[in-house]
Amino acid sequence: MILKALFAASATAALLLALPANAAELTIGFSQIGSESGWRAAETSVSKQEASKRKVNLKIADAQQKQENQIKAIRSFIAQNVDAIFLAPVVSTGWDSVLKEAKEAKIPVVLLDRDIDPSGKELYLTAVTSDSVHEGEVAGDWLAKTVGSKPCNIAELQGTVGASVATNRKKGFDTAIAKHANLKVVRSQTGDFTRAKGKEVMESFIKAEGGGKNLCAVYAHNDDMMVGAIQAMKEAGLKPGKDILTVSIDAVPDIFKAMVAGEANATVELTPNMAGPALDAVAAFKDKGTVPPKWIQTESKLYTAADDPQKIYDSKKGLGY
Amino acid sequence: MTALLPRRGLAQILALIVILAVDRVVSPQFFDLRLQDGRLFGSLIDVLNRGTPVALLSLGMVLVIATRGIDLSVGAVMAIAGAIAASLADTHSLAVVLAAALGAGLICGLWNGFLVAVLGMQPIVATLILMVAGRGIAQLITEGRIVTFSSPGLVWLGNGAILGVPVPVAIALGMLILTGAVVRGSALGLLIEATGGNARASELAGVGTRAMILSVYVWCGVCAALAGVIAAADIMGADANNAGLWLELDAILAVVIGGTSLFGGRFSLVLAVLGALIIQTMNTGILLSGYPPEFNLLVKAVVVLTVLLLQSPKLTGFAGIAARLRRTKA
Repeated sequence: MILKALFAASATAALLLALPANAAELTIGFSQIGSESGWRAAETSVSKQEASKRKVNLKIADAQQKQENQIKAIRSFIAQNVDAIFLAPVVSTGWDSVLKEAKEAKIPVVLLDRDIDPSGKELYLTAVTSDSVHEGEVAGDWLAKTVGSKPCNIAELQGTVGASVATNRKKGFDTAIAKHANLKVVRSQTGDFTRAKGKEVMESFIKAEGGGKNLCAVYAHNDDMMVGAIQAMKEAGLKPGKDILTVSIDAVPDIFKAMVAGEANATVELTPNMAGPALDAVAAFKDKGTVPPKWIQTESKLYTAADDPQKIYDSKKGLGY
Repeated sequence: MTALLPRRGLAQILALIVILAVDRVVSPQFFDLRLQDGRLFGSLIDVLNRGTPVALLSLGMVLVIATRGIDLSVGAVMAIAGAIAASLADTHSLAVVLAAALGAGLICGLWNGFLVAVLGMQPIVATLILMVAGRGIAQLITEGRIVTFSSPGLVWLGNGAILGVPVPVAIALGMLILTGAVVRGSALGLLIEATGGNARASELAGVGTRAMILSVYVWCGVCAALAGVIAAADIMGADANNAGLWLELDAILAVVIGGTSLFGGRFSLVLAVLGALIIQTMNTGILLSGYPPEFNLLVKAVVVLTVLLLQSPKLTGFAGIAARLRRTKA
C-alpha cells in the first residue's frame, strides 16, 4: 500500500518535472538562511509574494543556519538547472567553489540581504542589500529635523557589541547628528537587540539622567529594544513619544502598534523585500542581457505617525515577523 | 538558623557592600527611592527586580549543585515556560497559564532528573541535551516570533506591586522562604548535602539518593519556569530566541559566588541569592556608569575574580601566614 502510494507520488513528481516550462516563466532557487528572526520569516513570505506576483516559480530551501546546507541546496539547484539562484549567505566566506560551479553552469547568482567576502565578487551577478550606515543616517536626519535648533540630549541603545549592523547604525547616526551642535548622545549602552535588555538599559538611563528629565530623545538600533525602552519610560511615569522622542530601525509590526498609541515617533524600515529588486534584475538580465550594478541598495524608508501606522501594522502582521 | 546565615557569608556581604558603594560613587542618585504609580522606583529597586530571574534560577541551581550535579538547561526552560505562558495568556485564566508553564518546568526537571538519577548520565551532558533542544521547543511554540499578550493578570506578575514592592521581588522572596523552610525545616537539606558529599556512602547509610537527585532537578525546573514566566511578563511578550539566554551561567556563578562548591556537599540558599544580587548590583552599576559597552564584560570579569579570590581558602591562608609573620617580626 505504502509502496504503491510512493510509486504514485514519484510518478507524479516525474511528470511534473518533465513538463516543459513556460517560455516566459522563470524557475529560481532560493537558499534561505533559516528562520532565526521574525524579519527572516517576513523576508521568506515576502519573497514568495513577489515571486507569485511575477509568475516566477520560486523554490525555497531552508538551511537552518548552516552553510553546508546552503552549499548542498545550491548544488541541487544547479543539478535542476534553474534559471537563477538567490542566496542569503549565512557567513561571508567559503562560497568560492560552489559559486564557481554555478558560474560554469551559466546560472546567475544573486545575493540577498548579506554580502560575501570581496574575493568572490566576479562569482555573482549582483547583491541586493540594505545599507545599514544609511539607515542610521536616515534616523539621525529625522531627529535633527524634528528637534530643530533646540538642544537635545540623546540616549542610544546599541545592538550587540561587535555586530556589524550595530557598528554601522551607530556610525550613520553619529555622522548625521555631527552636523548639528545642539544634538548630543549623552548615554550609549548595548541592549543586545532584545526587548528585555532594552528595557533594563533604559531604566538605568532614566535614573542616571534625572528621572529622564535631561533626555529629549532615544535612538535604538532596532525596534525590539525600543519596545522595551517604551515600557521602561511608561513605568517611570514618562510619556514616550511626547516627553522623550523615539526613533529606531527595522519597522517591525509592534513598533507601529506603539505609534498608533502615540508612544513611538519614527522608525526606519529594513525592508523584507529583497527578492523584488532581485527578481527584476534577473528578469532584465535574462530578457535583454542587462547587467545590473554589483550592488542594488534597498530603500531605507522612514515611517512616522503621519503614515497611517494602523494600516502598516495590519499589512505587516501577517508576514511572520 | 546557623545553616541559613552562616559565618562564611562574610565575604559575600562585604563584596555586596563594596559594590554598592562603588555604584553610589558612579551614580550619586543610586539610593534615591520614590513611589511611582504605587510602585517603589529607584536604582536599588532595579537591582532587586532585574536580579529576580537569576535569583530564582540560583534557588534551584544551588540544590542541584549541592548533589554534585549541574543544570545547564535552566535558560532554555525559562524560554519554554515564557513561550507557553505568552501563548495561553490572552485566552486562558491566570491559574491555567501558571499551571501550564510551571507544569512544563516540572516535566523538564523530571526529564533531567530521570537522565541523571535513573540512567546515571553525567549531569553536564544530560542537561546539555535540554539546553539545546529546549530553545528549539520554545521556538516551535512561538513559531520564531515574539508572542505578545495583554492579559492584565500576567502583566501584573511582571510589572505590578505589593505594598510598593515589585511583584517579581516578592515572588523571589517567597520562593526563598518556601525553599528554605522545606529543605532546612526538615532533614531534606542534610540528605541533599549527604548525597552530594558522598553518594555511595549515603546510599549505604539508607539515604534515598536517587529520589534526592530526582527531586532537586524537578525543583530546579519549576524555579526556572517561574523565572521564565516573570521574564515574559516583564516585557509583555515571549522572546524564545533570547529569553534566559546564557542565564544558566549567571545562575551557576551566583551559586559559586555564594560559596557553594561545584563538588557538592554544603550549600546555602541565602548566599546563592546574595550571589545573584551581587551580579545584578554590578550589572546595574555598569549601566549607570556610562562607560562604553565594550568594557561591560571586562569589568564583570574583574569583579567576579575579586569576589572569588576573597573566598579562596589558599589566598586567605596566605593572608593569615603573612599576618603571623608580621607579628613575629614585631
